[in-house]
Amino acid sequence: MAGDAWIIGASMTKFGRYPDKDSIDLASEAALAAMDDAGATIHDIQILAAGSLMEASNMLGQRLQKQIGQTGIPVYNVANACATGATAVRTGIMAIKAGEADMALAVGVEQMGKMGLLGSAGQARSAPKGFEPSGRYGSVMSVEGVLGTQLMPGVFAQAGMDYASRHDGVGFEQFAKVAEKNHAHSALNPLAQYRKVFSLEEVMEAAMVAYPNTLLMCCPTGDGAASVVLCSDAKLKTLDPDVRRRAVKISASVLTSDPYVESDTAQPDVSTLTKRAAATAYEQAGVSPQDLDLVELHDCFATAELIHYENLQLCEPGGAGDFIDRRGPWRDGAIPVNVSGGLISKGHPIGATGVANLYEVATHLRGEAGDRQIEGARVGLTHVIGLGSACGVHVLERAAS
Amino acid sequence: MSEAKKRIPVVDYLVLEGDPHLVAQACTSCGALFFDRRNACARCGKVEFERKALATTGTVRSFTIVHRAAPNVPVPYVSSVIELDGGGVVKGNIVDAGSDAEKFELGMKVRLTTFACGLDEEGTEAVAFGFTPV
Ligand SMILES: [Zn+2]
Repeated sequence: MAGDAWIIGASMTKFGRYPDKDSIDLASEAALAAMDDAGATIHDIQILAAGSLMEASNMLGQRLQKQIGQTGIPVYNVANACATGATAVRTGIMAIKAGEADMALAVGVEQMGKMGLLGSAGQARSAPKGFEPSGRYGSVMSVEGVLGTQLMPGVFAQAGMDYASRHDGVGFEQFAKVAEKNHAHSALNPLAQYRKVFSLEEVMEAAMVAYPNTLLMCCPTGDGAASVVLCSDAKLKTLDPDVRRRAVKISASVLTSDPYVESDTAQPDVSTLTKRAAATAYEQAGVSPQDLDLVELHDCFATAELIHYENLQLCEPGGAGDFIDRRGPWRDGAIPVNVSGGLISKGHPIGATGVANLYEVATHLRGEAGDRQIEGARVGLTHVIGLGSACGVHVLERAAS
Repeated sequence: MSEAKKRIPVVDYLVLEGDPHLVAQACTSCGALFFDRRNACARCGKVEFERKALATTGTVRSFTIVHRAAPNVPVPYVSSVIELDGGGVVKGNIVDAGSDAEKFELGMKVRLTTFACGLDEEGTEAVAFGFTPV
């Protein structure tokens, strides 16, 4: 086994809407900036992992190479729902740990446009000629809205309410406070899609999407890319002192899927695999949740962030409501969570998200986060989850000296 | 010959005959329940299943009130995750109970009901299941 893998270059585009660019433009911008940040060129890179939920089946990585350098290295095109970006990074880490490469480039990108909160899930319904059972459930029509909802806002609302059903002190207001915090944090982040502060009342009185999630408690769609350059222990020793000083150690890299639980028959489980990934990551890194200076977790909806406080052991069991009530996850709290603004306000171009959260944490560990810097940050954790389900957790540490 | 109106369950795990109820495929090895066509058991990996009729009563484990939905889905409506008495977890709407958040309690008791959810050109009615507070 090789030693640790390191991040020596990191970048992200500002998240937002880029109607005049395509995925390759955004991925190129992020990749070129990450290599520049690492003091590397495409000729130093020995493996490319390219993540995009919608473009992975369309040779995204190779199309990217045709813009930034066709060097003949292996390319992995990666899709894993909202864990796509983290999976691309982990692909690079595995190649380094396996000794197949000593420098890797990982890119995550998504060009979503204004596809809307519900994506393409809503299909118009017209009277069929004759009902014919089909599919694995023998359904005779689309059952979305007929047998409950399986769309994201409702699924994550129900995941949050499931937690509320088991624990006291969790309700609409606690969920809303999560969004109040992330909107406030985003005001300090020039790369965020939105940077507007909202009061708790404004969050709660916004248009309801799927109770308890109002519009201000749901992440927007958007475009963007992020990229990291990774290298091995041995390679790092040969690099420029300035690159070594800014290097960020990847102390843990974990990917899980959802193990069987009885409630899978109703909707995918987002908690068990997150709990397992976190426990494994803390063990791999040899750090405890109390050691964390900041966390970027997957707040696709405010209800999701709240349950991940417990899943990632940031609060006592059953204490997620209390944790937000006492401002534990605010940037001046016990464990700052989503100081970037999170998916809710920084934005969520799907494939980019799991790389952008590494960029965010690495930037704090390097002491280069500007107005939003968490002073003296040494250890951070990133988390993403894709419904279905896939969970990626990484623990990052500042270089020792 | 008088012809009764033709009805078809919206999914094949809903049984309309007699007292309407849900039926699961139960793994004969570990007892895990599934509603879909199976290749093997997600819990233990074995391949034998038997049909098991599930209870028509249960408790609300979670819910959401959907205000923004796919086209042609009337809003608001209440989607819920129900734990059936004696085993089985299923998603369905809570019907005939309004859509006021304060009216819904986590842990409240519900009973299975059915409702018409579509008509094809041959006049066959699709029938779905939902739950009403007991
Ligand atoms: Zn089994």
